[in-house]
This record gives sequence, structure tokens and C-alpha cells, in this order.
Amino acid sequence: MTSTTVIVGASLAGINAARTLRLQGQLGPILVVDADPERPYDRPPLSKQILTGEWEPEKILLPAGKEDLNLDFRLGTRAKALDLAARQIVLEDPTGATESASFDALVIATGASARRLPETAGIAGVHVVRTLADSLALRAELDAGPSRVVVIGAGFIGAEVASSCRKRGLDVTLVEALPLPLERILGAEMGQVCAQVHIENGVDLRLGTGVLQIETSAADGIERVRAVVLSDGTTVPADVVVVGIGVTLNTEWLEGSGITLDDGVACDNTLLAAPGVVAAGDIARYPSARFGRTLRVEHWETAIAGGEAAARRLLAEASGETPTVFDPIPWFWSDQYDRKIQLAGRPMPTDECRIVHGSTAEFRFVSLYGNGDRLTGVLGMNRPRHVVQLRALFDEGVSFSDACERAEAL
Amino acid sequence: MRIVVDFDLCESNAVCMGIAPEIFEVRDDDFLYVLNENPPESMRAKMEESVQRCPKQAISIAED
Repeated sequence: MTSTTVIVGASLAGINAARTLRLQGQLGPILVVDADPERPYDRPPLSKQILTGEWEPEKILLPAGKEDLNLDFRLGTRAKALDLAARQIVLEDPTGATESASFDALVIATGASARRLPETAGIAGVHVVRTLADSLALRAELDAGPSRVVVIGAGFIGAEVASSCRKRGLDVTLVEALPLPLERILGAEMGQVCAQVHIENGVDLRLGTGVLQIETSAADGIERVRAVVLSDGTTVPADVVVVGIGVTLNTEWLEGSGITLDDGVACDNTLLAAPGVVAAGDIARYPSARFGRTLRVEHWETAIAGGEAAARRLLAEASGETPTVFDPIPWFWSDQYDRKIQLAGRPMPTDECRIVHGSTAEFRFVSLYGNGDRLTGVLGMNRPRHVVQLRALFDEGVSFSDACERAEAL
Repeated sequence: MRIVVDFDLCESNAVCMGIAPEIFEVRDDDFLYVLNENPPESMRAKMEESVQRCPKQAISIAED
């Protein structure tokens, strides 16, 4: 097969799609495009080892990006538009020049960008953490020893940034608009435990509080953050602000292309979005029979699995083989302070949550989530063995109550 | 094929244990133990998957 493949997105999903295509015998040109000028790198360390200064950027280069896979990298190049009927994509290089590229097969893996607070563009000291450049810019400011860092948003990125700042001995205020951190992902009971972890580690945690305004001061023509005004009426002085309030999907180049967008690229259960077009990573929305709804999963492991599955889907289409259904058990980890949080599955915040092992007071436990008698999640804090073993229960079709019994016996 | 784990990098996410529990075991001390450093050739696909899925890139395969 010598058709041309264009892969838009050179992060985890895109690079694994490229690797899989090559290793499975795709001989034709593979163009790998990404707006980020850096060689493909791994993102989880951006909020951890890169921020703390333990690791240098060289250490987070993705192995697949360093393999000799004969890929035509176009880094620093942005996809601007897609013409599905003509099988063409418009690319804009770093100089602003545009060109069209033809493809036979397309992998959409443009992922997402960090959301920013409105009206904060250009204010020095206000950061997001999504790209290597973001992380290095923030690190440079942390190196200068700010007297206080305010982190806005206590999701996983915000929590890890707060943790990294505390490791550096910096004072941190963590602001969350919801009553509890991670409540929409882990439910109220576990959200409470996560809040306690921050407090135990010396973070000034402000819950149920929005941000009204970033106060600035101007010196030498530079407008710089000075304080954060919160909706509870308090003002927190800040030399550095980190905004972790979620992401915006990078789908603008697909508007009007004929690709169906529905909070992500709408795929079938094999990640096919249109004939010869697949999506993978943060951007792909697919129907999950396992969880009875469509999912869009922003996890590291799903990006790898999705990239591989998307590539195999294209190969199956070309060869006429029956494609494989994509419905993995979502799994992620988050390292905060000396705690490792791992979640397998996809619970709803309203699902029942039962602690089946250890104790939340010791921040070392396992809890299971269930909806009726359906197991929906396995959460562990510093219990990796249990999480990986209980994750297998999803494939065994074990009921929630049986899963709880099995877990208690582990 | 010989399995090499960089224990300075490993942080016991236990993904490898999920893929190949007969080779990788994370115990209650939260440390990873390699049960068989020389897995049979029949396990190569699982070993390569373990290498690819390790969040810390801590596993490699040596041919010697």
C-alpha cells in the first residue's frame, strides 16, 4: 500500500498512529503535522518533573518520535482547513505561508488547548500548562522564587501544579469554583479526600470560590499580575498565577469540513469519522458499549491505545478486514505530593462509592463505584496493585456487589 | 530477550502488571518486582506492549 497518510497532531495519539501504520506495513508517505514546534514529547511530566526542575526537556521526548520510522514531520505547522470531498488539507507553516496537501487517509489528533481566563492575555505572570513551552515559561518564574503562587482550578493539572510548587517550597493558594475538587469526576466523598490531601500538604485551599479579576501593576511598560480577586470578596496577593480550568478542543480547522463535531470528532465504535478518516486522543468521541454512552477520554493511555486503534482501523479499511471495536477501560494516574491517585473506569459523580480497602484517613485506600449493580469505577490512592487487579473485573463482567466482595478479599 | 527496568524511573503505576502479571508484580510495598527477567519468546508482544504503555518509559527489552 503506497497511499499518502496525513496525521494531524504529533503528540501521543498521532505519533502512535504513525508508528503503528509503519510497523504494520504502511509503505507510503506519512506526513505528521503539529502546530507545536517541538519534537514529540510526553505531557504528564509538564506539571510534575519539568516544573520541579527534576527533569530537562530531553528526557520527555517520546520514544516513537525518536525511532526511525521514515515520517515526514512538519512541526510548527498548523492545520487550517480540511476539504473532505477533495481529500485535501490546508497547512500553515511557521512563516504564515499556506499550502495544500493531498491525502488518501487522515488521522485527526489535534487534541486540545488550555482554556485561559478572559482578559488575561499579555499579563506577565499568568500561565497555563499544556505545552512544553508553557511549562518551561512557568518553571522560569518559579525559579525566581515567587512569594506566592495562586493556582486557579483544582482539577488534575491544578492539583499537580500546586503539588510541584509545594515541592519547591513555595506558598500556594489553590482556588476552585466548585464546592470540592474533582467532584465531577470522583464524586463528593472522594473529592473531600482530595481536598484534605491539599490541606495536609500546606496548601491554602479556597473552595466554592470563583475568580472575579486579576489585579495587575505596571512597571517598565510591562503589565504584571499582582493579586487575584476572588468572588468571596477576598484578595490573594500573587506573583505567579497558574490557570488550570480545562481545555478547548482544537476542532476549529474542521468546521464546515463535513466531519461531524459533537464535543469532539464524532466517530463510530472503531474511531472512524468518515471514509478514510479516523480520530484519536483527546479529540475523539466514540460510543462505548461498556459504559452505555459516548465517551471522549482525555487520558494518556487512551491516547496511545486510540492512536494504535485508529491506525489499525485505516489498515482494516484498506485491506477489507473486519475492523476492531474500540472500547478500552479508561485509566489514568495523577501524582500529587506523595500520593498516587489512579482511576480505572468512568464513574458518574452520582454513582455509589464504597471504600473496600484501606482508609481515607491514611490516604491509602481503594474505593469502587457502582451504578445499580454495574461496576463503573475503581479508584485507588497509593494502591496501584489493587487498581490494576480490580481493573480486570470490568472485562469479567463482575457485578458491583461481587466486585466489592472480591476487592475486600484482595 | 531480557527485561530491564530502570528502577530510578519506575513509580509503580502497575500498568505492566496489568499486561503481564506473570512477569511484573507490584507488591503491597508499592514496589515493582520482575518475576522473570528472561520471559519466553512467546511473550514478546506483551513485553513490547509493557514497554510502550509504561507511563515512565522505565521498561526496555535487551537482546543478549
